Amino acid sequence: MPEETRVAVLGAGMHEWGKWGRPFVEYGLAAARDAMADAGLGWRDVQFVSGADTIRNGYPGFVSGATFAQALGWTGARVSSVYAACASGAVAIANARAQILAGLCDVALVVGADTTPKGFFAPVGGDRKDDPDWLRFHLLGATNPTYFALYARRRMDRFGATEEDFAQVKVKNARHGLANPRARYRKEVTVEEVLASPMVADPLRLLEICATSDGGAALVLSSIEFARRHHGGSPPVTIDAVSTVTPAFPNTVIEMPNFATDSAVVSGAAAVGFRPSITAAAYAEAGIGPDDVDLAEVYDLSSALELDWYEDIGLCGEGEAEKLLRDGATALGGRVPVNPSGGLSCFGEAIPAQAIAQVCECVWQLRGSASGRQVEGARVAVTANQGLFGHGSSVLLSR
Amino acid sequence: MGAEAIRVPAVEGWFTTGDGAHAPALLGSRCNECGTFAFPAESGYCRNPDCESSSFETVELSRRGRIWSYTDARYQPPPPYVAADPYEPFCIAAVELDAEKLVVMGQVVDGVTVDDLSVGDEVELVVDTLYHEDTTDYLVWKWRPVNRLVVTPGWEG
Repeated sequence: MPEETRVAVLGAGMHEWGKWGRPFVEYGLAAARDAMADAGLGWRDVQFVSGADTIRNGYPGFVSGATFAQALGWTGARVSSVYAACASGAVAIANARAQILAGLCDVALVVGADTTPKGFFAPVGGDRKDDPDWLRFHLLGATNPTYFALYARRRMDRFGATEEDFAQVKVKNARHGLANPRARYRKEVTVEEVLASPMVADPLRLLEICATSDGGAALVLSSIEFARRHHGGSPPVTIDAVSTVTPAFPNTVIEMPNFATDSAVVSGAAAVGFRPSITAAAYAEAGIGPDDVDLAEVYDLSSALELDWYEDIGLCGEGEAEKLLRDGATALGGRVPVNPSGGLSCFGEAIPAQAIAQVCECVWQLRGSASGRQVEGARVAVTANQGLFGHGSSVLLSR
Repeated sequence: MGAEAIRVPAVEGWFTTGDGAHAPALLGSRCNECGTFAFPAESGYCRNPDCESSSFETVELSRRGRIWSYTDARYQPPPPYVAADPYEPFCIAAVELDAEKLVVMGQVVDGVTVDDLSVGDEVELVVDTLYHEDTTDYLVWKWRPVNRLVVTPGWEG
């Protein structure tokens, strides 16, 4: 792998996920201090702060990089604040990585944190008839689970997925998250319990749809050169690729929050769909393939969506995800464990922190320090995620 | 005079409400250069990356299509959805339009449950009340399943 595309992960830190309603800055600060302590570096060593924004916490949320920098105490560090919906964390990582690879800084801090309201995610307030995210609630009553359910139903129709398959994903992830001290939900569930939980958006039930959570996650990244000097030779975990791709026209899968897909009348459907293109770009950048992957953290907004990701990140062919699940390949101890952290199923979603938290888990797995949920001998890990309005997000790590 | 409600589209310019001579239809756009369709209608720029056109024609989209996928809303969606009181669950379908090669979402008419739907089923567009406020019915497009064609034996004669 060409060294110039890699950056080192010196520190990973998280505030545990939950629902407290305290200021998001508090969670971000705790995660940042955790990550800096893990890196053995102080706040004054950080030259660049990359914040992942939240849109539900007022102005400080829109300028999160500066908000976190001010909370840590102004030092004159350079700053960036980005919003890319669920992919915000990955874009914040991409910005920090680009600064490091360009030689503009040696040490960067990436932080994302959120405080979320109860219940369904609703659009930001006000009467906004030109905003598709507002209009889909107003005209269709289409919540986020509506879209997850459309994908789930299609899997059932095309590939014979069953409600029990979806429930098994939840059972697996609940088991994975049991020993994770940062997970919000640490409780085993049975298939029967999942199938007895209330239907929200047919065929998805309450226990299969990820909650909204408070939480914070942070990373300290550095140049390989700095890591060598700092660590005295022991090779740390590296980020080898970051994908932040947009879809290729025409995107023929209905995407949240849209009313319609692109029209394929002129050029026919794109050769590669949006979700498969996300990790494909990361694999290509790192010069490896899905067969090299030892574990994956994917965005299980619903239990059924995790099955889509198996195919989209290349762990199996189209229509083969149910078999992979049933064979136990994606459970701890299997060929390629998926969501060893417990996933969104055990965390709930803290939007700007989530893609960063996925990377934190990969770092701990690759270091061999994921106590109680360790993927033995893991050397390569990949994350996959998708943000509203066409934001792909995938980070590839190795040791 | 009865208190007949005024009927107003819940969003301007997205669909026609139909009259005696014309069935209602979604209003999309077709690019005058490359022919790409869009819904809701584009007015600014063509989505085709190989087309720089900013000239569009407003067109009525196909009134019939086939279900790409479907679900329902068992819990009342949050505002700005205006729910009936008491809340009645409804179905939502994503429908593939063959001529335009795009998929459009819409609520399914009242009285239909997910058990009545399958991927691939044919549906047609109707205009129906989305919510009622004071003396006004706010309208939206909805999908209605088309009854399967009953072929009478010996029809060919």
